[in-house]
Amino acid sequence: MIAEKLGLFRSRLGWIVPLIIMGGTLLVAALNLLLPPDAALHVPGYVIALLGKYLCYALLALSLDLVWGYVGILSLGHGAFFALGGYAMGMYLMRQIGTRGVYGNPVLPDFMVFLNWQELPWYWYGFDHFAVALLMMALAPGLLAFVFGFLAFRSRVTGVYLSIITQALTYALLLAFFRNDMGFGGNNGLTDFKEILGADLQLAGTKACLLLASAALLSGFYLFCRRMTRSRFGKVLVAVRDAESRARFLGYRVESYKLVVFTFSAVMAGLAGALYVPQVGIINPGEFDPANSIEAVVWVAVGGRGTLVGPIIGAILVNFGKTIFTGVLPELWLFALGGLFVFVTLFMPKGVVGLWPSLMARLAQMRERLGYQQPQHQPEAEE
Amino acid sequence: MVSSTKFKALSGALMLTAAGMALAPAASAEDTIKVGILHSLSGTMAISETTLKDVMLMLIDEQNKKGGLLGKKLEAVVVDPASDWPLFAEKAKQLLEVDKVAAVFGCWTSVSRKSVLPVFEQDNGILFYPVQYEGEESSKNVFYTGAAPNQQAIPAVDYLMKEEGVERWVLEGTDYVYPRTTNKILEAYLKAKGVKPDDIMVNYTPFGFSDWQTEVSKIKEFGGAGKKTAVVSTVNGDANVPFYKELGNQGVKATDIPVVAFSVGEEELAGLDTKPLVGHLAAWNYFMSGETPENKAFIDKWHAFIKSDKRTTNDPMEAHYIGFNMWVKAVEMAGTTDTDAVADAMIGVSVPNLSGGYSAMLPNHHITKPVLIGEIQADGQLNTVWQTSGLVPGDEWSDYLEESKDLISDWRKPLSCGNFNVKTGKCGGEVATQ
Amino acid sequence: MKRLVRAIALLVCMVIQGHLSQPAVADAVDDSLAGFASTSYADIEKAVAALAATGDPAATAILAALADGRLAYTADKAVFIKNEDGTLLTARTGEPLAGEAPFGLKPVKVNNKVRRAVDAAMGQLTLSSTDPAQRLASAEAAFHAPDPAQLAPIEAALAKETDPRIKTELEQARAAMILAKADASDNDKVAAIAILAARGDQDAKSFLNAAANQGSGRVAEAANAALAKIDRTLAMWSAAQSFYYGLSLGSVLLLAAIGLAITFGVMGVINMAHGEMVMLGAYTTFVVQEAIRNHAPFLFDYSLLIATPLAFLVAGGVGMAIERTVIRYLYGRPLETLLATFGLSLFLQQAVRSIFGPTNLEVGNPSWMSGAFDLGGLTLTYNRMWIIVFAFVVFTVLMLVLRRTSLGLQMRAVTQNRRMAAAMGIRTAWVDTLTFGLGSGVAGIAGVALSQIDNVSPNLGQSYIIDSFMVVVFGGVGNLWGTLVGALALGVANKVLEPVAGAVLGKIVVLVLLVLFIQRKPRGLFPQKGRAVES
Repeated sequence: MIAEKLGLFRSRLGWIVPLIIMGGTLLVAALNLLLPPDAALHVPGYVIALLGKYLCYALLALSLDLVWGYVGILSLGHGAFFALGGYAMGMYLMRQIGTRGVYGNPVLPDFMVFLNWQELPWYWYGFDHFAVALLMMALAPGLLAFVFGFLAFRSRVTGVYLSIITQALTYALLLAFFRNDMGFGGNNGLTDFKEILGADLQLAGTKACLLLASAALLSGFYLFCRRMTRSRFGKVLVAVRDAESRARFLGYRVESYKLVVFTFSAVMAGLAGALYVPQVGIINPGEFDPANSIEAVVWVAVGGRGTLVGPIIGAILVNFGKTIFTGVLPELWLFALGGLFVFVTLFMPKGVVGLWPSLMARLAQMRERLGYQQPQHQPEAEE
Repeated sequence: MVSSTKFKALSGALMLTAAGMALAPAASAEDTIKVGILHSLSGTMAISETTLKDVMLMLIDEQNKKGGLLGKKLEAVVVDPASDWPLFAEKAKQLLEVDKVAAVFGCWTSVSRKSVLPVFEQDNGILFYPVQYEGEESSKNVFYTGAAPNQQAIPAVDYLMKEEGVERWVLEGTDYVYPRTTNKILEAYLKAKGVKPDDIMVNYTPFGFSDWQTEVSKIKEFGGAGKKTAVVSTVNGDANVPFYKELGNQGVKATDIPVVAFSVGEEELAGLDTKPLVGHLAAWNYFMSGETPENKAFIDKWHAFIKSDKRTTNDPMEAHYIGFNMWVKAVEMAGTTDTDAVADAMIGVSVPNLSGGYSAMLPNHHITKPVLIGEIQADGQLNTVWQTSGLVPGDEWSDYLEESKDLISDWRKPLSCGNFNVKTGKCGGEVATQ
Repeated sequence: MKRLVRAIALLVCMVIQGHLSQPAVADAVDDSLAGFASTSYADIEKAVAALAATGDPAATAILAALADGRLAYTADKAVFIKNEDGTLLTARTGEPLAGEAPFGLKPVKVNNKVRRAVDAAMGQLTLSSTDPAQRLASAEAAFHAPDPAQLAPIEAALAKETDPRIKTELEQARAAMILAKADASDNDKVAAIAILAARGDQDAKSFLNAAANQGSGRVAEAANAALAKIDRTLAMWSAAQSFYYGLSLGSVLLLAAIGLAITFGVMGVINMAHGEMVMLGAYTTFVVQEAIRNHAPFLFDYSLLIATPLAFLVAGGVGMAIERTVIRYLYGRPLETLLATFGLSLFLQQAVRSIFGPTNLEVGNPSWMSGAFDLGGLTLTYNRMWIIVFAFVVFTVLMLVLRRTSLGLQMRAVTQNRRMAAAMGIRTAWVDTLTFGLGSGVAGIAGVALSQIDNVSPNLGQSYIIDSFMVVVFGGVGNLWGTLVGALALGVANKVLEPVAGAVLGKIVVLVLLVLFIQRKPRGLFPQKGRAVES
C-alpha cells in the first residue's frame, strides 16, 4: 500500500511541478503588471527579479542533480558552466548597448575603451546577433564539458578525484576571467546592460517576460529530464551510479553514457546562467568561485538528490533563506548555512523530498498500530 | 484530488509572493526616515566593509541624539550582501523597493558599485560611495565621496618626483580595474612629464597574492639601474600584508626604494608589524594622525562607540562622515527626503572634513578634498609629510586618457548630463537615460 | 651675557662629564640642535648635517633618537630625547630631566630625506668607532649613500683600517664616491669600476649603470664591460634564486597540505574544513603573542615555540571533536563528508569573525625570523628559510610517527584493512579519532608558520584549501612522500613560470597542466599499490 502510494505520488508530481512553476510565475507576473503599485496584492518588481533568480538557480540545481543524483558524478565545477553561459549572454547584451555606452563607441564595450583596446577581440565577433549568442550559450559550456569529460571519463577518474579536478577547473577559469587581458572585463565583469532582443531591460514587462522564460525553461527541462530518467537510458544511468563496474561488464559503454549526460547537464547549466544574467544585471568572475559551485551542491542535497523535484525545492528554499537571513540577521547567515550543510548531510540524507515518504511510512505504521482504517480527517495527520 | 492539487499550486505561488512581501515591515515608514547600509559583513570584503557599517551606525545614532532629521528619527537598515556582487544588486533593490530607504551608504569594490548602479538609476535612489576608485563614471544617483585618481595618484607621483627626485617607476598593482585604470593614467602622466618608457615597469598580480619573493626581487633589480626608483602600489586588500612583509624582510628600505600605496590605510597597517616599513608612503585624503579638533572628536566618539580604543579610523570612514553630513544638510535644505530634491540640493553643499577645512559637493557628484601624503610610522600610524596647498576637486573623466579627456559631467539643470562631450557638444548617455 | 652664562654652564657640565671639548664646538652643537626645533624638513636636514659635522660624542645618540622618532622639542627650542619608557633626557647633555615634562613638547618630524641624511651622518660619525661592527655598518651606510664630500674621511679611515672585511667595504664605498664625483679623473673612475665589478651585486650594478649612463667614453666602456660581466653571473644566480623561491613556495604548500595528506590521503576523508584548522593555528599564534605582549614581553622571541604545541592541541582538539560529532557518521560516504565539512568551514570562519573581528590581526615576526642575509648573489629572508626548515622537520616527525610508533602502526593497519585490524583488537573508532586529530593538529602547526608570511584573517584557510587538495592528489593519495614531491614540484613550477608568464598566467598554466595530468594519471605521481586501493 505504501509502495502504491509512493508510486502514485511520484507520477502525479511529474505534472504538478511544472504546473506550480508556470502557474505561480504567471500569477506573480500578473499581480505585478496588472495591479496598481499601491494595491494590497501588488507584487513589487523586486520580487519578480528575485523569483527569476531563484528559478535560474533551480535550473542549475536540476542540472547538477542530473549528474550527481543519477550518474553519481559530483561536479564541484558546475558554477563554471553556469558562468560561461552567463558570459555568452553578457557579451550579447554588451554588444546591444551600441553607442549608448558612456564613451559612445559603437563597437567596443566601455571597459575596452578606457583600457585602450583598439579593436574587438576575435572571440567577440558575432555576439551582436542573438542567434550566435544563443548558440554560444549552449556551445561554450557544452564543449568544455565534452572535452573535460572525454579526458576524465576515459581515464576513469571517478568519485572524489573527479570532484577535486572539477573544482580545479572552475578555479583556473576564475583566475583566467579575473585577468583584464582576457577581454572579458576582468573583475568587474560585464554590466550596465540596456536591452535584450530590442526590449528595454528596465521595463517591468521585460522582467516579467524573463521570469516567465525562466519558468518555461525550467519546466521544459524538468519534463525532459523526467522522460529521460524514466527511459531505458535513465535506468542505465542509475545502474552506472550504483555499480559502475557491473554496468560495464554487462556491456554498456559507461564512459559514453557519462559523457552524454555530463555534456547535456553543462548545457542546461549554461542556459540557466544565460537567463540569470539579464535578471541580475551583471556577470563577473565571482560566479566561477568554487564556493558557489559547492553551494549549488548543497541546494541539491537539501532538496533531495536523485529526485527531480528535490533540487528545485532545495534551490528555492536555501536561496529564500539566504534572502531573509542576509536582510534580517546578517551576522548569522554563515552560521545558518554552515549548520544547514551539517544538519542535512547527517540527518536528512534524502533531503526535504525524502521527508515525505518517511512521514507517510510513519503515518501508516501509526495507523496499523492503532488498528483502524483511515477516517476522512484524522487528528494525528495534522501534526 | 485534482482540484486540491490545483489549489496547492495556487497557494504555493501565493505563499512565495506573500513571503516576498513579508520582507517589507508593516507600514511604519511615516515616523522614521530610513537609511540603508549596504556593506558586506561576511565573505572576503567583510574585512574592510564591516568597519564602515559600524561608522554609519555611529553617525546615525549621533544624529538621532541631536534630534533626528526633519523632526523624525533616523532608522538604519543594515543588510549583508556577503561579498557576492549580484547579491549587492538584489539587496539594493530590497532597500529601495521594499524598505523604501531615503538614501543608501555602501559598496567598497568597483564591481559592487557597478552591480548596483542600474538598480539605483532605475529606482531613482541615492547612493553614497565612500572609497577611492578609478573614475570614468558619473551617475545622477551616486555621490562619490572617495577620491578620484587625480585626488590621490597624481599628487603622490608629483610628490615623489619633486621631493624624492624619483626618475624610475614601478607601477605594481592587483589585476583589476582600479589599478589598471590608475596605472594607465599614471603612465600617460609620467610620459607627459618626460619619463622614458624604459623607466616605467608595470606589473600585475592576482587577488590575494601571497608569495611576493619573485616580485620584490624584480623590483630590487629594476631599482638597481642607477636612478632613484619608487614603487607606486595599487596592490589591493589581503595581498598587501605579505607584500610589505616581503619588502621588509628583503630589506627594501624606504630610503632606497620608497613604496607609495593608494589602498593601504591605518586599518591595513593594524595587521602588520610596521617597524621595517617606516618611511614608506601612502596617499589619502585623511589620516588618523591628523591634529584637527574635529578629527580628535571623531576618534573619541568612534572609540566610545566601538568600545575599544585600539580601533583605527581611516579614509573611507571619513568619506562616510562627509557624505552623511552632506546628505543631512541637503535634506534639511530641501525639506524632504525626495530623491530629486535632495540630489539638487546636494550640489554645492559644503561640510567640514576631518583634515581641517570644508569639502564641497561638485556638480559632477564628486567632492573637493585635500590630498595628503603620509609616511608609515613605527606605531602603525601615517604621519603627514606633505599636503596640497588647497582642496583638489575630484575629476571623474581623466584628462590623461584619450577617450575621456573631452568628457565632463554636470548634473545641474539644464545640462544634467554625466558624460557630456565638449567637442561634439552631445551628452553621450542621453539616449540611454532618455 | 647670555652667551657667557651658557658657556659657563656648559663648562660646568663638561667638567662633570670629564670632557675636554672646546666651548666653540659646544656652540656649534647648540646651534645645530636649535635647527631641529622646526617644522621644515629642509631645516631639520641641515641640522643633521651640522650636528654630524661637529663630531660631538652626543651626536650619535641624538641622531639615533631622531631616526626612531624619539626626538622632541619645545617652543623655546629646547631639544629632548624620549626614552622607550617615556622618560626624557636633555639632548645636549644626555642627563635625565627631573620633574614635569615641559609644556608643548612636539616630536621632531622625520621624512625619508631626513632619514637619508641621518644615515649618512651616522656613517660619518661612527667611521672611527672602536667597535668593528659599528665601523662595518658605517662603511656600508657610506657605500649605500655615497657622498663625494665624504671622500677625505673615508680615505683617512681606509688608511687606518686593519680588518679586511671593513677594508673592502670602505674601498667599495670610496669607489662609489669617486664614480659619483663629477671632477674625478678617468683613471680613478676606471679603477673604481674595477673595484665595484669585483663586488658584482645588484648595488654595484646600480652605481655602474649610473656611470655607464653619464660617464665619458672610456669610463662608460669600462662600466658597460663590467656590467655585462655582472649580468652574466647574476643570470646564473637568478636561476638559482627562482629555484630557491620555488622551494620556499613548495615548503609552504607542503605545510598546508601535509595535514590533509593524513586526513584525506590516509583516512579518505575529504576535509574541506582543513583550511580552517590552519586558520585556527594562526589565531592561536596571535593569542599567544598577545598574551606575551601583555604579560611577558621578554618571551616574545620564543612566542612561536610556545605557540606550536598549543596550535597543535587547539586544532587537533577541534579536529577530534569534529570527527566524533560529525565525520564518524559519514564514513564510506566521502561526498557527504565533503559537504558537511564545507559547512563546518563556513561555521568556523564566521565563529572566528565573530570572536576576533573581520580585520587582519598583527602577528609579529620574532627577531630571528626578520630580515635577510646574502648568500652569494641570493638574498635569503630568514622567515622563508626557517619555514623551509620547519616544513621538513614537521614532515620528518610525521613520517616517524607513522612508521615508528604503535599509533602509526595502528593507523596504517586500520586504513589498510579495517575489519582485520578490529579483529586484532585495535579500537578502530578511537584510532580514527586520533588520526583525524593528528591531521588537524599538523594543519594547526602549519598555521603557526603561515601566520609569519600571510594575513591572519578569517579567510586565511580558504586561500590554501584548493592548492592543498591539488598537492595531495598530484602526489598520490595515501603517500606522504608523494605529497612532499608534489608540493615541491608545484612550488618550483610556479616560480619558474612566474618571471616568464607573469604571476597570474603562471598559476593558471600550472592548474591546467595539473588537471590534464590528473586526467591522465588519476592516482597521481606515486599511486598507492596493493589491496588498500579499492574501486
